Amino acid sequence: MTATTLSPDKTAYHVQAGPDGESFTVADFNLWYGAKQALFDIDMKLQRGLVTSIIGPSGCGKSTLLRCMNRMNDLVEGLRVSGSMALDGSDIYAPGIDVIALRKRMGMVFQKPNPFPMSIAENVIFPLRVDGVRDKTILEETTERALRGAALWDEVKDRLKESALGLSGGQQQRLCIARAVAGDPEVLLMDEPCSALDPIATSRIEELIDELKGRYTIIIVTHNMQQAGRVSDNTAFMYLGRLIEYGDTQTIFTGPKLRRTQDYVTGRFG
Amino acid sequence: MPGTTAEKQLADDGEALPERGRTRRERATDLAANGEPAQWLLGGALAVGLAMIVGLLGLIIWNGIVTFWPKPIEVVTLTTGAVIAGEPIRSEAYKVPADTLAALPVETRATIERNAGFANRTLYKVGNFDIYNDDFRWISDFEATARTQPAGQVYLERMEWGVAIGRITKIIADGRDVTGDRAAIAVAHDAARRRWDTIRHIERRRIGDINHEIERERLGLRKLALHSGGSSPAYEMAERQSTTHIAELGARYATLAAEAADLKKRNENSTLTFTEIGGVEKAHKLSEIVRFYAANEIGLVAKLRIYLSRWAEFLTEEPREANTEGGVLPAIFGTFTMTLLLVVIVAPFGVITALYLREYARQGPLVSAVRISVNNLAGVPAIVYGVFGLGFFAYILGGTIDQIFFPERLPNPTFGTGGLLWAALTLALLTVPVVIVATEEALASVPRSTREGALACGASKWQMIQRIVLPRAMPGIMTGLILAMARGAGEVAPLMLVGVVKLAPELPIDHHFPYIHLERSFMHLGFHIYDVGFQSRNSEAGKPMVFVTTLLLIALIFVMNITAIMVRNRLKRRFQGATF
Repeated sequence: MTATTLSPDKTAYHVQAGPDGESFTVADFNLWYGAKQALFDIDMKLQRGLVTSIIGPSGCGKSTLLRCMNRMNDLVEGLRVSGSMALDGSDIYAPGIDVIALRKRMGMVFQKPNPFPMSIAENVIFPLRVDGVRDKTILEETTERALRGAALWDEVKDRLKESALGLSGGQQQRLCIARAVAGDPEVLLMDEPCSALDPIATSRIEELIDELKGRYTIIIVTHNMQQAGRVSDNTAFMYLGRLIEYGDTQTIFTGPKLRRTQDYVTGRFG
Repeated sequence: MPGTTAEKQLADDGEALPERGRTRRERATDLAANGEPAQWLLGGALAVGLAMIVGLLGLIIWNGIVTFWPKPIEVVTLTTGAVIAGEPIRSEAYKVPADTLAALPVETRATIERNAGFANRTLYKVGNFDIYNDDFRWISDFEATARTQPAGQVYLERMEWGVAIGRITKIIADGRDVTGDRAAIAVAHDAARRRWDTIRHIERRRIGDINHEIERERLGLRKLALHSGGSSPAYEMAERQSTTHIAELGARYATLAAEAADLKKRNENSTLTFTEIGGVEKAHKLSEIVRFYAANEIGLVAKLRIYLSRWAEFLTEEPREANTEGGVLPAIFGTFTMTLLLVVIVAPFGVITALYLREYARQGPLVSAVRISVNNLAGVPAIVYGVFGLGFFAYILGGTIDQIFFPERLPNPTFGTGGLLWAALTLALLTVPVVIVATEEALASVPRSTREGALACGASKWQMIQRIVLPRAMPGIMTGLILAMARGAGEVAPLMLVGVVKLAPELPIDHHFPYIHLERSFMHLGFHIYDVGFQSRNSEAGKPMVFVTTLLLIALIFVMNITAIMVRNRLKRRFQGATF
């Protein structure tokens, strides 16, 4: 297959990996920061239980799209959206929707590790704390389960009461992942989770993503094409606020339809 | 400037310079690009600032520390033949007035004229205000023919009329002459002072309690009369009960008064007679002399003991002699209570305001206007706050409270006049801009990523603020509170209008229900300084007290600040090690 078109109006789709049905359905989604439009006509379906990565050069709108999924963009003033974005069939931008309940169905990991200024254990059980859980056994079980899930348990089990800010960068990021999975979410949103980490910490996080696959629908925004290739089942390529090409990772990396995609994944621009 | 000499030397050696003939165009350096002048300027500014602070603190601390140290008594013989005795306070050169000069002998006048008309004089604290009508006296050097420090001159601190200086001629203890018997004198003096304390306790505390109960009976009756009319059967019954109760109280009062009178009579039997240097003899009850010592005979240990006992008196006793003598306990207590109350009021008020402004309000011209107004509040003269506090808090708020809750006490105001609560509220208003600004800064400095992390975990906005933002901003908020506290504790002008008095009869906290009396007027160290320094009969007598009180006020603020800073640092330690 040869890549021909440089700048399409229509997204090029491939068959996506994954038979489990859709988790997120994005249709005709547009977004404006004030007068400036940041996302144009995004149409995509994200498969349940798989890892979908969103790649693209800086400023292409991939983080913006991710942050729309748990309505984190609500904090931005002058933000406006149109079109629909649905989780399991129900529109998350419908009026009257409970944003807090929506966010509780998702965990989010940010670009920089952002542990809270409290103990390691308190960090992990923060989602339970906001739900008002007081039962000590539940809290302890969750701490262990989440930390094991984030492959951090063995390193911190003896100092759960110490400040989370004393951990290394990689440990902090895994703590943030533990925090994200502690509330037992359906979806994990990861916004360039390895961009502030060294290669060894990065590979640990990647292994972790592999382990978490299947239990959660994972959507990961990344700058790093190798990472996208390594961890994801499906890949979406975005450019200047548009979804350019979307399909299973293998195809996007080895046989994209569009030349721009090919140029980007082979490192010729971006 | 450092370095210049070395460079110059190098240049003189000629080795480091390019050879002549191959001259290069030297690139000029702009003065602004040269760091050194800026460093000197900034360092100089810092040095000037530090010098002023250290100078002021040093002056206060030195003067405050030496005030209570016992000084020797000098006896000066004057050219006129008169003799005076007193503590030398300080010396200075002064221009001798022409008429004084004219009356002097020729050789003295010639000496002074050689000195361009200046002569030295020394201020003596001669005491004995009741005899001389003055506590202090300037003696010029040319007036004095001899100065000695003879034994036998005694410095007496009296309950009334201030200090006396003279020679003790007779001491009578319980009717027995004990003159010269040191041990007996000490025992008798102690006993007399203890009796004096007991009398005061009876008069102030126990009789005070009875008066308090009588007043309560009266107010209860008055309330009943206002409520159900002065001729109802309920009122008449209460009146009968109250009359019997008051009669009982009256009997108890009589017993106590008799007890006090008995002690006073015993005190009459212990007296001290002294002769001042001019020969006038005067007798005092031993119980009315706080302490006395032979200033020129006592050793270092005795001096130290007097020094410490004066400090103890200063810190734990009530003032006497129009505040120029005695202690400042009520003022310490008032300052401390008011500052604490101020912090308790200003902290929630300021923090909540800042939280709303920073976290909830839509940022726009209105919020900016509010913010600018708040910042400008800090520039309003403090006395204006005092006027506002008096008019709004005391008269309007307090007056309304009186009419609703204390109608039986009218026309005497309860809350409708200056008091502790109104003073604290006024100062809270004065200091709230500081807290708001500091809190807003602290809230703004909580990173966005941390906030988003909390929200992404499903926290509501309030949960995020309460669990993440506020703890994180706490050190900054504490800094604001510390600044507010320091400002509030040192403020005097508005307090003069809203509740500070020269002498408060009762402390704002005592053993009468409801124990904390926020409506009472109180004493304050800052006002005490003003009062003693500028409102007393003799500013020279109050001067040492001004320094000591200032020292104490600074120490009190210092201690409160250190406490707050320690709390803040404990909070801060929790956030240490943050790498991002």
